[in-house]
Amino acid sequence: MPGSHHISRRDFVKLTTAAVGTVIGAVFGIPAVGYLISPALRAGSKDAWVPIGKLEDMPIGEPFPFSFTRTQVNGWERTATNYGGFVLRKSEDPNDILILSSRCTHLACQVNWHADTRSYVCPCHDAAFDIEGNVLDGPPPRPLDVYDEFQLDEAGNLLIHIKGG
Amino acid sequence: MWKKFYAWLDERIGLDSLYKATLDRPEPKGNWWNTLGSASLFLFLLQGATGIFLAIYYTPSPDHAYDSIQYIMTGVQFGWLIRGIHHWGSSLMVLVVFIHMVRVFVTASYKYPRELTWLIGIGLLLMTVGMGFTGYLLPWNQKAFWATTVGTQIAGSVPFIGDFILKALRGGTDLSALTLQRFFAAHIWILPALLVALIGVHLFLIIKHGESQFPEKED
Repeated sequence: MPGSHHISRRDFVKLTTAAVGTVIGAVFGIPAVGYLISPALRAGSKDAWVPIGKLEDMPIGEPFPFSFTRTQVNGWERTATNYGGFVLRKSEDPNDILILSSRCTHLACQVNWHADTRSYVCPCHDAAFDIEGNVLDGPPPRPLDVYDEFQLDEAGNLLIHIKGG
Repeated sequence: MWKKFYAWLDERIGLDSLYKATLDRPEPKGNWWNTLGSASLFLFLLQGATGIFLAIYYTPSPDHAYDSIQYIMTGVQFGWLIRGIHHWGSSLMVLVVFIHMVRVFVTASYKYPRELTWLIGIGLLLMTVGMGFTGYLLPWNQKAFWATTVGTQIAGSVPFIGDFILKALRGGTDLSALTLQRFFAAHIWILPALLVALIGVHLFLIIKHGESQFPEKED
């Protein structure tokens, strides 16, 4: 019946089937897509402020070693990464600080402070860095990495900013 | 445009005849008990779909199986829903398949010429139970571990070859990583492949014979 407001039984069934089908599709489809892409929606920020010790415990003019472990969780897998470094207070000024990573810039071994030669020495290939982290000897391509973002909290703890992995 | 495309496909595949054979075939007078086979098929497809989704995050290793399921339940969006459907759907499927079998038995639909459909149906029932048995171990929690310990021991009580069956099921004398791995392989590859193949034959036979009439008072 063209022009009529009546809808044929067949068309009505078609329409309701399509409508109900769309609702069912959405009810199943949206959770399905959410399930698949859920790990991609997680904020993957690895940034953190990590306390490395009380400032008053750190001597002036002598590197103060610190180390900490960060655990990263990916799904059901936990990966622990060790970090280490040295704090060098150059003066009484709490901002006059140089914080070096102890990761050798050559092949990522841990350097040690040798007080007798006033240098950081890498045990792997005998690389040497001066107290400021500059290369003195050996294969490293660049000075030791610096943690340049740090702050003091009210309790006098020194915190450094860790970026990424 | 669409009609031309459809005609092109139909000429080569025979969509119309497929449609007539599968969805437009004559049926005996409607009866809800006759829908249990379709319900079983739907549940199988639902289990297949949710199972594929679970396989995206599940890890069949003793170190990670339990943790990965905890992650699905708490860490993944709608993970609880997907696993919940798979968990409850498995029980429901065993139930529906079993009632379907009882219906076929009570209405004597297994008789000539449908004996093969019945026999294949028995195989499908056993494989459905097998899916339940292998899937039960995968969460790798206490209940799963000990249920499988007991279940494989029962299989091991068969005279003469029991010990061999037990070792074959477990992949060794003890329930181990090998057991988990082979139950996983059976659960997602071997049994589903057999199920799909047998369901195909089962459906072909149903379409070939048509559905059976319910017996009348005089029969």
